[in-house]
Amino acid sequence: MEAFTTHTGRAVPLRRSNVDTDQIIPAHWLKKVTRDGFEDGLFEAWRKDPEFALNRPAHRGATVLIAGPDFGTGSSREHAVWALQNYGFKAVISPRFADIFRGNSLKNGLLTVMLPQETVEELWQRVEADPDVEITVDLVAREVRAEDVTAPFELDENARWRLLEGLDDISITLKNEDAIAEFETRRPTHKPLTTQVS
Amino acid sequence: MGRTLAEKVWDDHVVRRAEGEPDLLYIDLHLVHEVTSPQAFDGLRKSGRTVRRTDLTIATEDHNTPTLDIDKPIADPVSRTQLETLRKNCAEFGVRLHSLGDDEQGVVHVVGPQLGLTQPGTTVVCGDSHTSTHGAFGALAFGIGTSQVEHVLATQTLPMAPFRTMAVTVLGELPDGVTAKDLILAIIARIGTGGGQGYVIEYRGEAVEKLSMEARMTMCNMSIEAGARAGMVAPDETTFAYLKGRPHAPEGAEWDEAVAYWRTLRTDDDAVFDHEVVIDAAELAPFVTWGTNPGQGAPLSAAVPDPASYADPSERLAAEKALEYMGLEPGRRLRDIAIDTVFVGSCTNGRIEDLRSAAAVLDGRRVADGVRMLVVPGSVRVALQAVAEGLDKVFTAAGAEWRHAGCSMCLGMNPDQLSPGERCASTSNRNFEGRQGKGGRTHLVSPQVAAASAVTGRLASPADLAAVPTPAEV
Repeated sequence: MEAFTTHTGRAVPLRRSNVDTDQIIPAHWLKKVTRDGFEDGLFEAWRKDPEFALNRPAHRGATVLIAGPDFGTGSSREHAVWALQNYGFKAVISPRFADIFRGNSLKNGLLTVMLPQETVEELWQRVEADPDVEITVDLVAREVRAEDVTAPFELDENARWRLLEGLDDISITLKNEDAIAEFETRRPTHKPLTTQVS
Repeated sequence: MGRTLAEKVWDDHVVRRAEGEPDLLYIDLHLVHEVTSPQAFDGLRKSGRTVRRTDLTIATEDHNTPTLDIDKPIADPVSRTQLETLRKNCAEFGVRLHSLGDDEQGVVHVVGPQLGLTQPGTTVVCGDSHTSTHGAFGALAFGIGTSQVEHVLATQTLPMAPFRTMAVTVLGELPDGVTAKDLILAIIARIGTGGGQGYVIEYRGEAVEKLSMEARMTMCNMSIEAGARAGMVAPDETTFAYLKGRPHAPEGAEWDEAVAYWRTLRTDDDAVFDHEVVIDAAELAPFVTWGTNPGQGAPLSAAVPDPASYADPSERLAAEKALEYMGLEPGRRLRDIAIDTVFVGSCTNGRIEDLRSAAAVLDGRRVADGVRMLVVPGSVRVALQAVAEGLDKVFTAAGAEWRHAGCSMCLGMNPDQLSPGERCASTSNRNFEGRQGKGGRTHLVSPQVAAASAVTGRLASPADLAAVPTPAEV
């Protein structure tokens, strides 16, 4: 995973709540067997509308998405995170994220930042007034900065450390292989195995 | 202090606990399907890793599989490649796979329980959010992303930050004609699509205890639609009776040992939930959705709400956008909404009891002119059982299409899709924009409401139908 320390870029305001993963990347894109090439599927249905925020020329090249509450609800598809990253987004800001989406994003180095609705509203207003406003998402200082707005955010220390270092979860877990093997010796024998039974 | 069911199952799976780190949890059962696994197997290959426990892993094909002409090559080359990739990966890494054409193939969340692999007190994961289904057995079961799929394949564990616990207690008995689907849709409408965020829900109370295993699966299945990672029901005699004799259920002394353990999996009387919700079953009625998220629902007897009635600006905006997409106006009676498609199936309502209840409504009746009704069993086993009971004949005699098992029109990854503007009464789990096909409009309903709606061509419950004439009256 690519490490995330701090990122500064322009933003796209997405004034919608409950942006589900079917909107972020529709199911027919999920037939691909790679982690790349999803950028054209991102918000595919909404992008047919020339007025949709991502289509406005002023927001071209933006790298921070600012959305309404309950972003990433629905399906567990990690393709939603890949689509956002393939398109060029480095961070998403929302008052609340769906659990699985949030977990997926942090495992891929896409920083998802939870800020209160009022702060999101302030950021929307700044970006809508001037699309060239730069937003800094600073994981080291744990704050978002844009013009006169400075907003601290929370992220648990362990997740933050993994992001800052760009660490691979599997390698970390495999350091505990002895503990896993020891646990396996204690598992009750009545637990099911998937081995084919006749 | 006592512990909740979820906390007991969690504690029994902690491989490693350290200050300031997520717990490392052991995973008892890993279910795999074609859509969320290719990149995970690729990751294993790139880092030279193997599947740690092939004997705790099982795969099936469901999302992409066609429900017609399954003996012919799959027409869509991209779908075909994805299924072939799963077959290649399972062969290479030694994972048991039930492919299209196999008697054990079907929707992954129907297959696990029917094989007896889903058991109380186990941890179950799958790269699919509806893994919450398996919580009906008192398992801690949750959906994961592809990075986590790779993690479980490689280590049989997951680092997990603790959940909070929520009790949803349903007092009294469900009135006649009210199903587990109506109950869960009402719960989601009450707590909202984000209300369960960060929680494991335990469903309890008299109404829940009286539900069959399949009904409990329907309810737990949609926990994710309330934002919860998992939903659970404490195992009881209903659970044990369902499991006994299934292919992977324990036998003999191991059965007794297992049941003794399963009986301990109840929330202690002095345990405290982080949040509690109480529902009065007597107030429930057949429930349908009118909007584009599963929380936007109402009793069938109600009307489409006026967005202006929402105090919260973001909910108001969401309702406005939903009505625009759904082509509905405030005040329209839900019973007056005409539909042109009916879908019975999915991991929510594709089991034998669902098919039986839909068939009971259709028996002796006809699907309305201009309405297309698809019946898609959740698995081949469900299909075989339905055929043995003659349900397929009831469906086809009524004018419905009897299809092969799979996810089908729940998410339209195969050719079973809505066309733009088509309106569907669907027993599936998500009414998101375009979920069942670009521009398609979805109303989530129970199998009974789906079947009654097929007969009238409008959203309806069985109580709305004229009685079927008895032979003496004909």
